[in-house]
Amino acid sequence: MHEKKKTWLTFLFEVIVLAVLFTIVQYAITVGLINQSYHINITSMCINIILAVSLNLINGFTGQLSLGHAGFMAVGAYASVIMTNNLGMPFIVGILAGCLAAGIAGFLIGVPTLRLKGDYLAIATLGFGEIIRVVLQNIDYVGGPAGMVGITRLTSWPWLYASTIVTILVIVNLINSSYGRAIISVREDEIASELMGINTTSYKVLAFVVGAMFAGLAGVLYAHFFYIIKPETFGFLKSFDIVVMVVLGGLGSTTGAVIAAIFITFLTFALQKYAAVRMIIYSLILIIVMIYRPQGVMGSKELTRKTFARIWGGKK
Amino acid sequence: MIEFIQQLVNGLSLGAIYALIALGYTMVYGIIKLINFAHGDVMMVGAYVGFFSITLFGTNILAAMLLAMLFCAIFGVIIEKVAYRPLRNSTRIAALITAIGVSLFLEYITIFILGPAQKVFPSSAFPITEYHIAGISILNKNIFVFISAVVLMLILQYIIKWTKTGKAMRAVSLDMEAAVLMGISVDKTISITFAIGSALAAAAGVMVGVYYNTINPLMGIIPGLKAFVAAVLGGIGIIPGAMVGGFVMGLLETMVSGYGNSLYRDAVAFGVLILILLIKPTGLFGKNTGEKV
Repeated sequence: MHEKKKTWLTFLFEVIVLAVLFTIVQYAITVGLINQSYHINITSMCINIILAVSLNLINGFTGQLSLGHAGFMAVGAYASVIMTNNLGMPFIVGILAGCLAAGIAGFLIGVPTLRLKGDYLAIATLGFGEIIRVVLQNIDYVGGPAGMVGITRLTSWPWLYASTIVTILVIVNLINSSYGRAIISVREDEIASELMGINTTSYKVLAFVVGAMFAGLAGVLYAHFFYIIKPETFGFLKSFDIVVMVVLGGLGSTTGAVIAAIFITFLTFALQKYAAVRMIIYSLILIIVMIYRPQGVMGSKELTRKTFARIWGGKK
Repeated sequence: MIEFIQQLVNGLSLGAIYALIALGYTMVYGIIKLINFAHGDVMMVGAYVGFFSITLFGTNILAAMLLAMLFCAIFGVIIEKVAYRPLRNSTRIAALITAIGVSLFLEYITIFILGPAQKVFPSSAFPITEYHIAGISILNKNIFVFISAVVLMLILQYIIKWTKTGKAMRAVSLDMEAAVLMGISVDKTISITFAIGSALAAAAGVMVGVYYNTINPLMGIIPGLKAFVAAVLGGIGIIPGAMVGGFVMGLLETMVSGYGNSLYRDAVAFGVLILILLIKPTGLFGKNTGEKV
């Protein structure tokens, strides 16, 4: 009884913290404390968090290295813009269509490719990501290489915030469920988990589809904030960007992915004028992290209530 | 028919370039089971070394190619020592991510130093003449690319089949631990593999410069990926497979550009990759090996 009450209290506390954070930023935006460039920065941060957390589900928790995440982002972005701009549907329909389209793309790509392992899978996903880009470049309805322009800005702070929270909640709860344990067992030892009666292929596909759906969500938010989408934006360099975040944060740590996404966004923001330097730093981060700390900054550890409680109270 | 033979001629020289790059991928994969993502960028470095050797030192094309090969051989050994050797005993995914890191590093350090703009490969180093044989036009650059690639492949075959170094390379790729017990220096053999692979890539880089006339810091990405597809197509780790795969990819690409939509030629390469991975992941020349627990 006591335990239950305590859980309720912490839940309430978390809701309040999240609500306060939301209100502060919302207030700052309305009053005008946040100028245009910071607004872009906050938006990119949320989008990057969604991308990193969702890719981490595939790369970190399931252990299947995917290098085509930007492709799903593109599918989501294009599907939603067709809905909102071309067909005049409300934003929520765009979001749902984007997620659904990306999820379907994830399923279609995941079913055949997830039979492959390790580096072959990485290359196949990279290939599919590129195929998505090339196909979009050749469809005139979506503007070809020039992309789609004049998209209405519908991505507001409430949408962004809600999307980020939903992404993290869904993925954390998925990992903590029995599905999540099965997914992690696939990463730890595929043959052993198969022997334990786990249908490894279906769990890999599940993780891949969920990851792709949230990448689609990130694409929707991106498209409806930056007014314009081009196939080039979603090339494999974008996919590598997301991989850098996941690797830096720690393969298999959601909090790590969030922290790395925030850090990388700030780094990008600070080095806006020096694109080449930014990429040199990215690449050095990749190499140095892999050589000296291959598990990433957080490893597979998470920052949770318990961690804070330990720091706060000095005991378990 | 003449149109077809024309495409065939064009495809052969492009295929020779892909084959040279694919050889480096396949040799490195055969020996340390690493997809060296940076291989295409080593090719780019080779192209730049060739470019500067012609523009700054006024060498002819052959000397430029040799210089590029020498430079990249050393360069490849350094990359292996600095980035890949510390990771030899870690997971393959970690090594793969490092290779991606090295690739990005080479691309953007080149952009940082030389600027992102493309450079025109000096045409004075290689004046173009056109021959007409039975209605088919053959450019001398196509002949040059094809012949030098074939010569390099023959030299490679000689090294691998008939020299002690080649024997050591084959031994290490077959069983690294047993090779150590037989007194083969694994580190040295891996270094030599990287040196040879990178030298071939550098030669390919200079050929790309001659073939396309322009070079830029990101030129290594797409040919690198296509050469990788070629290596997988032939069976990764198998040297004759890489050669055949390279020619197949080159021919396929020119056929798609010639008869279909040239915008789709990059997609076709990846389509081939995915098909081969799904149907026969070990490649055309590969043997199936079961997974051991």
